[in-house]
Amino acid sequence: MQFMTILWQEYVIFKRKFWSTTTGSMVGPVLYLIAFGWGLGSEIKVGGTGYVSFVIPGIIGLSTMTASFSNIANSINISRIYEKTFEEFMIAPLNMMVYAAGKITAGALRGMYSGLLILLLSLAFRAGVRIDAYFIAIIVLNCFVFSALGFAVGLLIDSHADMGKFTNFIITPMSFLCGTFFPLDKMPFGLKQLIWVLPLTHTSLGLRSRGEDPLSMASHLGILMLYFIVFLFLGARLCKKAE
Amino acid sequence: MLVFENLTKKYGDITAVDNLNLKIEEGEFFGLLGPNGAGKTTTIRMLSTLTPPTGGSISMDGRKMDRNLTELKAKIGVVPQHMNLEGEMTAWQNLELHGRLYGLRKELRRKRIDELLQFTDLSGRAHEPVKNFSGGMKRKLMIARALMHAPRILLLDEPTVGLDAAVRRKMWDLMKELNKNGLTVLLTTHYIEEAEVLCTRVGLMNGGRLVELDTPKRLIEKTGKFVLEYFDHGTTRTSFFNSRQEAIESAAGMEGSVNIRPANLEDTFIKLTNRKVGD
Repeated sequence: MQFMTILWQEYVIFKRKFWSTTTGSMVGPVLYLIAFGWGLGSEIKVGGTGYVSFVIPGIIGLSTMTASFSNIANSINISRIYEKTFEEFMIAPLNMMVYAAGKITAGALRGMYSGLLILLLSLAFRAGVRIDAYFIAIIVLNCFVFSALGFAVGLLIDSHADMGKFTNFIITPMSFLCGTFFPLDKMPFGLKQLIWVLPLTHTSLGLRSRGEDPLSMASHLGILMLYFIVFLFLGARLCKKAE
Repeated sequence: MLVFENLTKKYGDITAVDNLNLKIEEGEFFGLLGPNGAGKTTTIRMLSTLTPPTGGSISMDGRKMDRNLTELKAKIGVVPQHMNLEGEMTAWQNLELHGRLYGLRKELRRKRIDELLQFTDLSGRAHEPVKNFSGGMKRKLMIARALMHAPRILLLDEPTVGLDAAVRRKMWDLMKELNKNGLTVLLTTHYIEEAEVLCTRVGLMNGGRLVELDTPKRLIEKTGKFVLEYFDHGTTRTSFFNSRQEAIESAAGMEGSVNIRPANLEDTFIKLTNRKVGD
């Protein structure tokens, strides 16, 4: 009941901001698609396929990451520090784990919505993205991983300026490096291993997993799941201690 | 109903609330009066479990307050000092959200929302986003929200700060009516007049400590019922007397202008704390 209440509240706000959210979610992906799809992509081939087909799963990964992360991180941070609406939930007879679960699910759903928009856009770019259960599972997990991270970061960081720094130093580098725009094997030794550890890398690899063996496909799911559990645990701890 | 026992809150080296001992009975309109930084808001935050005490405890009906005791939390209604309504949601949706969080059934929620919007004069604006509301309307909606789950005690943290005089008086009527209907109210304020008009009992706080505790009338009488104000070497000085006659007699030999008036809670406060409320 209370879990559904949190989702209901998020839905009410989403509905009120439907057009600005929808158009806002499309600006980034459209620019990426134009620049890397039509602009650069028409001349380049990666692994025997056109660059557009290569880059679209990367754009889906990075856009669902950004949407899930920033939506929840900013909403928690603002409601805790500026609008103080967070207190309404803390005062209520509500288990904060339920609050965490509700908010993280809402953030992940918001990420999935932006993923859906990009898939629709990619139809316009005639990029043949093959969608199967594994592909969807990776997107869903990616959304939950970054929503949980956003939840924890929104609770941990005490100013909006520092939120911007976190995005600058952690989220933006990941969005460019984690196999989103180019294959990882082009990276020098050391950097490649470092990038391999990051969660978005496994989303990119998972979304392009054609021809991979089942074990490595499962490892992407497993690693994303592990990240989700760690971030969820961290968020829940911070939430219980929040003042 | 509420018992504060040696309640203490420290932030590093700063003691915000220092060994507070206090009992609040059912049906009281209790006021915590004090200047900014006296520890009033910290006390309310500890009571509403937003922040844990460093020492001591708060009990309600014999049970210690704790963030995880949901059934105790459901007995409290809180109106915080800052506006914390969801601006993108309508007044109706804000109340609905609160009702859902407190586990009220649908029929009861709808009934309470209608009643409370009517009580706070907001029925006509029920379906408008709250971000369009004036400060007074937001305050009233916050009170309505705190009452949604029919709490036994209402905590009001500086509920009239930033409101103009006319709206403030309307808010007073609203609060008085709630208390008349049996609701226990704990109010913090730095407006002396507010405490004097509303409260059945007042605790004066200063520097985290409770310095005096009584009815407003007795607190004023303790200081003296009448005040003589006079100008002496460039500063205004005050003397207290138990009758107007004594004040007049004392003023008789003075040169320059003097002012004799009934004492109020502000005089009491200044005398007890050597500082003005709001300093």
